[in-house]
Amino acid sequence: MSSQVPAAPVPVAPVVRARRRVRPRHVVRRVGVNLLALLVFAVMVFPVFWMVSTAFKPPADILTFTPKLIPSSATLANFEDAIHRPYFWDVAKNSLIVVAAVTAASLVLAFLAALALAKFRFYGRRAFIVLIIAVQMVPLNALIIPLYILLSRAHQTDKLTGVIVTYLTFVLPFCVWTLRGFLLGVPRELEEAAMVDGSTRFGAFVRILLPLVAPGLVATSIFAFIQVWNEFIIAYIVLSSPEKQTLTVWLAQFTSLRGTQWGPLMAGATLTAIPVVLFFLAIHRRIAFGLTAGAVRG
Amino acid sequence: MSSAPPAAAAVAAGPARRRRRSWRVRTRRAAAPYLLLAPALFTIAAVLAYPLYFLGVLSFQRYGLPELIAHNGTWIGLDNFSRIFHDDEFWRVLVRTIVFTAGAVGFTMLFGTLIALLLARLGGFMRMLLTTGLVLVWAMPVVVAVNIWVWMFDFEFGVFNWALTELGVGDYVNHDWFENSRTGLLIIMGVVVWGAIPFVAITIYAGLTQVPRELVEAASIDGSGPFRIFKDITFPLLKPIFVILASLSIIWDFQVFNQVWIMRGNNPSSDYYLMSVYAFVESFRLSEYGFGAAIALVMVAIMLCVTFVYIRQMVRIGEVR
Repeated sequence: MSSQVPAAPVPVAPVVRARRRVRPRHVVRRVGVNLLALLVFAVMVFPVFWMVSTAFKPPADILTFTPKLIPSSATLANFEDAIHRPYFWDVAKNSLIVVAAVTAASLVLAFLAALALAKFRFYGRRAFIVLIIAVQMVPLNALIIPLYILLSRAHQTDKLTGVIVTYLTFVLPFCVWTLRGFLLGVPRELEEAAMVDGSTRFGAFVRILLPLVAPGLVATSIFAFIQVWNEFIIAYIVLSSPEKQTLTVWLAQFTSLRGTQWGPLMAGATLTAIPVVLFFLAIHRRIAFGLTAGAVRG
Repeated sequence: MSSAPPAAAAVAAGPARRRRRSWRVRTRRAAAPYLLLAPALFTIAAVLAYPLYFLGVLSFQRYGLPELIAHNGTWIGLDNFSRIFHDDEFWRVLVRTIVFTAGAVGFTMLFGTLIALLLARLGGFMRMLLTTGLVLVWAMPVVVAVNIWVWMFDFEFGVFNWALTELGVGDYVNHDWFENSRTGLLIIMGVVVWGAIPFVAITIYAGLTQVPRELVEAASIDGSGPFRIFKDITFPLLKPIFVILASLSIIWDFQVFNQVWIMRGNNPSSDYYLMSVYAFVESFRLSEYGFGAAIALVMVAIMLCVTFVYIRQMVRIGEVR
């Protein structure tokens, strides 16, 4: 592929140009690598494609022994079916309420804690950091049993408040950890400079720190959003009435003893996935590169 | 902790009047981080530490439906644990979970690394295409992903059986992959690995971009092949990332629940039980909350060992500062 790219108008010494001349073996390798990449792309993306494709198919295209890659005539019937199912709007609203409440609460609490961890030196700081990391590793699935019993004692089962409180168990430590990372990235000198120029500590915070860390706050809240939006097992066990459930639990209703309605299910799945995909594309870079930032030392 | 001494020294050196005032300022400053931490710490204690403690308490109790209604368990000491360790089902589930985890983590790391190395070799456009695809997969909610896979592996109209038959692999018309729990768990492992690859691949790729180019070029001039370069240069440099990713994957894959539960229509048969499914069924299906808690506690204990490795690595690369 690189052979087709016209040489950049950069003064290059003749010797270098001679070495850069494309040899046939390199072309073969380039083509091979690109074909392999296409194959990997196809295999990885196929399930997602298959979901979207099925969601737009008329029933005749779905229940067939020779599957059609692309719907013969695209239809929105599956989507209409999905959103006209009982409780769709209740459930979508519940998901939004839970997500908004958990994200807001954990963001405020986490920001204060992260501020302490990143901007102050104090006794017990290291221990708290280790605690925050360790706590994220506690299997949530193991905590469901005590959480459920505690919620039932407090009469919070089948209520959104119970789920909201429970979700803090995994969202809050994560938010503290990521926000601390973002706050560490803001140079201390900037704040100090503002204070030298006569700004108060609070003024420096509002005018310097907050704008600089705003992208971090956005990224963290989106990540919290995604985790809460996707959660299944706690909502499944705590919320028993159909009108109180969240979207991920609601998806189960397309499967009955008589079989599964694949078209509407895939339409519902697409609707559930869309917000997550949009947000994910916005922030994935920060998350992946955050982990490796300090990992390789020269 | 480490920045305190110079400040203290400066204060001590100053005149007495200044010392008194800054003593007050200092107390206020010293209290500030604790005040900031308090709300989060309190919440974590309430929603995490207390349930964890309660899990421990439950595992020493008989806690069934009557106890759930009476809000009070009966203390039975170590009975739950001795029952676990004499329970054939538990050992079968444990071995199955370990094999499952090993397979899932192995495949995730293998494919993740290979795809990362592929990404590093691609030109700008292809790299962006593949990365976008990976992010798309990464973004799929687990529940959605599992439903897609159930549909792809449907025995009647699933696209997978059709493709296998068309490709001439064999006659897979109406082949039910879930009839046998071995192939069924393999499919479940597939959805787990598929969902986990993007995070691993993108993270390793991010690490690869930080490997000094001169090192690789020098080795390649010295005649090292790509495998040799990976083994002697790339891998040792990226080892911290590999350790972190592997321990995270082990922790995530050991507690796989949703994939099994949804794939088997919210009602998995006992040959599909992995550890967390087993604990869940014992608690919520059979209302043996105490016994289920004991299983969960064993799971937490096993995970603790992996967590230890993870935290040690985080401390080493300086994440804990």
